[in-house]
Amino acid sequence: MAPSHVQEPSADRRLSTLVRHLLPSSPRRTAAAAAEDSSATLESSPTMASQGCSVFAGLAQAPEDPILGVTVAFNKDPSPNKVNLGVGAYRTEEGKPLVLNVVRRAEQMLVNDPTRYKEYLPITGLADFNKLSAKLIFGADSPAIQENRVATVQCLSGTGSLRVGGEFLARHYHEHTIYIPQPTWGNHVKVFTLSGLTVKTYRYYDPATRGLDLKGFLEDLSSAPTGAIVLLHACAHNPTGVDPTIEEWEQIRQLMRSKSMLPFFDSAYQGFASGSLDKDAQSVRMFVADGGELLMAQSYAKNMGLYGERVGALSIVCGSADVAGRVESQLKLVTRPMISSPPLHGASIVATILKDSEMYHEWTVELKAMADRIISMRQQLFDALKARGTPGDWSHIIKQIGMFTFTGLNSEQVAFMRQEYHIYMTSDGRISMAGLNAKNVNQLADAIHAAVTQLK
Amino acid sequence: MMALAVDVTRFEGVPMAPPDPILGVSEAFKADTNDLKLNLGVGAYRTEELQPYVLNVVKKAEKLMLEKGENKEYLPIEGLAAFNKATAELLFGADNPVIKDGRVATLQSLSGTGSLRLAAAFIQRYFPEAKVLISSPTWGNHKNIFNDARVPWSEYRYYDPKTVGLDFEGMIADIEAAPEGSFVLLHGCAHNPTGIDPTPEQWEKIADVIQEKKHMPFFDVAYQGFASGSLDEDAFSVRLFVKRGLEVFVAQSYSKNLGLYAERIGAINVVCSAPEVADRVKSQLKRLARPMYSNPPIHGARIVANVVGDPTMFGEWKQEMEEMAGRIKNVRQKLYDSLSAKDKSGKDWSYILRQIGMFSYTGLNKTQSDNMTDKWHVYMTKDGRISLAGLSLAKCDYLADAIIDSFHNVN
Repeated sequence: MAPSHVQEPSADRRLSTLVRHLLPSSPRRTAAAAAEDSSATLESSPTMASQGCSVFAGLAQAPEDPILGVTVAFNKDPSPNKVNLGVGAYRTEEGKPLVLNVVRRAEQMLVNDPTRYKEYLPITGLADFNKLSAKLIFGADSPAIQENRVATVQCLSGTGSLRVGGEFLARHYHEHTIYIPQPTWGNHVKVFTLSGLTVKTYRYYDPATRGLDLKGFLEDLSSAPTGAIVLLHACAHNPTGVDPTIEEWEQIRQLMRSKSMLPFFDSAYQGFASGSLDKDAQSVRMFVADGGELLMAQSYAKNMGLYGERVGALSIVCGSADVAGRVESQLKLVTRPMISSPPLHGASIVATILKDSEMYHEWTVELKAMADRIISMRQQLFDALKARGTPGDWSHIIKQIGMFTFTGLNSEQVAFMRQEYHIYMTSDGRISMAGLNAKNVNQLADAIHAAVTQLK
Repeated sequence: MMALAVDVTRFEGVPMAPPDPILGVSEAFKADTNDLKLNLGVGAYRTEELQPYVLNVVKKAEKLMLEKGENKEYLPIEGLAAFNKATAELLFGADNPVIKDGRVATLQSLSGTGSLRLAAAFIQRYFPEAKVLISSPTWGNHKNIFNDARVPWSEYRYYDPKTVGLDFEGMIADIEAAPEGSFVLLHGCAHNPTGIDPTPEQWEKIADVIQEKKHMPFFDVAYQGFASGSLDEDAFSVRLFVKRGLEVFVAQSYSKNLGLYAERIGAINVVCSAPEVADRVKSQLKRLARPMYSNPPIHGARIVANVVGDPTMFGEWKQEMEEMAGRIKNVRQKLYDSLSAKDKSGKDWSYILRQIGMFSYTGLNKTQSDNMTDKWHVYMTKDGRISLAGLSLAKCDYLADAIIDSFHNVN
């Protein structure tokens, strides 16, 4: 890849240095970089002569993140009728973001407390927060907690918890393959790949039934190696909204334990799926109850509406208290060179709420109200499509659980709905029910109807 | 439900990790019950009463934020726009051509550590042959960050124990000897752990050799405003390199200068040769941030944006920062005076006065530092670094006694 024309010597030297860095044959180039930069060419650009060249000359423009990019596109749309069903962030009936009353109360208390400081948290984070988070997901009477077998570190919401868990496993677990459901949240693959794990998939969603492909699920895990890591959505599977039943979970658990597979739970919707914190934790608690080990990535982004505060925790349930102590010490070695210690504000809000029984109760009420509104929107959308006689079976809308519905629409239909109806969703046909309300549900139903009848 | 027999643990082989050398000091301090104990470990500012300090202007900003009642929606991957604008302007100067030309890629990050880690991930992906040169010594976590990001590093000479000063010739020689296109990690001001900074003339020469070898300057700016008391003065080194038209990486932190330690607020800035280059660099940094934490935390960013965005609050911040830097300078002077008065050996302690910032390299070695802790209950890191931020005027005499004893009577 020679430069297209020769410039002054210093530019030459820069270019040749850059060429060494970017040539595909360079042994240290990662596969990821090679794949992304295949379209990068090394040409002199108009800027080089005038402003000196850049060592970044060959760097390609990265595409927008597919999920967050929906909001970027939405923001650019000037239409007054636009509807954002992209990101999973709760909206009120009026279409507004919501900060829970109990969260505002907690914040008031914190900001007005003159004895509070902003000193560095310990590397593992706010101790109260960690203990309370473990109790929330595993249950206060969990044997794992009572036996001190849980190592918990505060992390940056769900993403941070998954990343720290992935990095830990890449260093300390003998199996470096993680099995993720097909489909799954778009960011899972990148998180685990950059952690140093190999990502494989197991069948999960059955497009024919728009439900769970349990047979495929169990078959794929059966043929996976002993000891493999398996990512499980604790509830309200993202993007499909399809969850195993308790009986199905039991089958999954038995198979996994018989193959010594390591469960890695992603819990982003506890309390948000059914409206009950305990019900939404049942799958996790089943696995803890059998005495086995597991990883748990917890997020408070949705269930406490703390999205931008980035609050979450990674818990590892270990075989013994001694192992948990050692595991915790190694988790610190992962987080210290990543963020040093986690942010205080959001974790303080959570701890304040969880440790006060009255505030905790207020939270459960507000949480249930959010979950109920979403369940009601599911019904309204289903009814609206039925009223229009939209072809197809839309019962999956009311059967699926949580914030998202996997509509079954294809990317062409999705693009059509964006262009003609200013409805924004991810190209896999996932819609965030949280973005729906009585005012826009009819617009959505019209759009789906048009897309389904006009494009096949 | 039938419980299956399960293996006791798959993590039996996981060893207990050693405690963090810096943060571990505070833990040991807490456990000490002696009345005379002094914590000169972590670089966190303390008042003369040795209490932690939340800036008044920060409290004001937080109250204002409560009143505003803004939502808690996800920030974009690159962070709060108002914060990114403010932070770049603070660093480079609002009227700097690189800002006016749109040549700076800025991402809000998790304080200094997060900024360095993002940059390291970027270097690993796009400059896989390059290595980072770090000063000997440097902040303990630098090596961990580059190791975990799988970026090779080597050291350039920096600290001269004979003079307790800068080994300038060694520094220049090592930077010159490094392969072309290396990344050179420089402390913008108030070098951690030594407190020894190059002079302006030396900075020019450092820039010369970096420019000549086509190295990439990579600044770690954790103390802007905290070293001298002046934001602009402390940005001198960064602005010198930028003025030469070089592309530069700069990691920033608001932990110390705004006392926002636990809120984890900082930024990674990359000065590029052209705006469209900055756009591409920013897009690739975002691609690295998303699988690490998706988007950064809002609270600290809003505090900074509110403080910097309001002229009154900005003025108040500058004043409080001057007071913090002033207290440290006073304590530094007092320590020197105490040492000079008490030490009858004629040893020249003036290197302490030439150092700047939160830390001082006492010149004590590991055994002597252990003596400081074991005998005198003075907690510090094993490299002889003390945090002056944790020292009060009232304790200077005691500390001087401890240092003199450790220096002369141990090893």
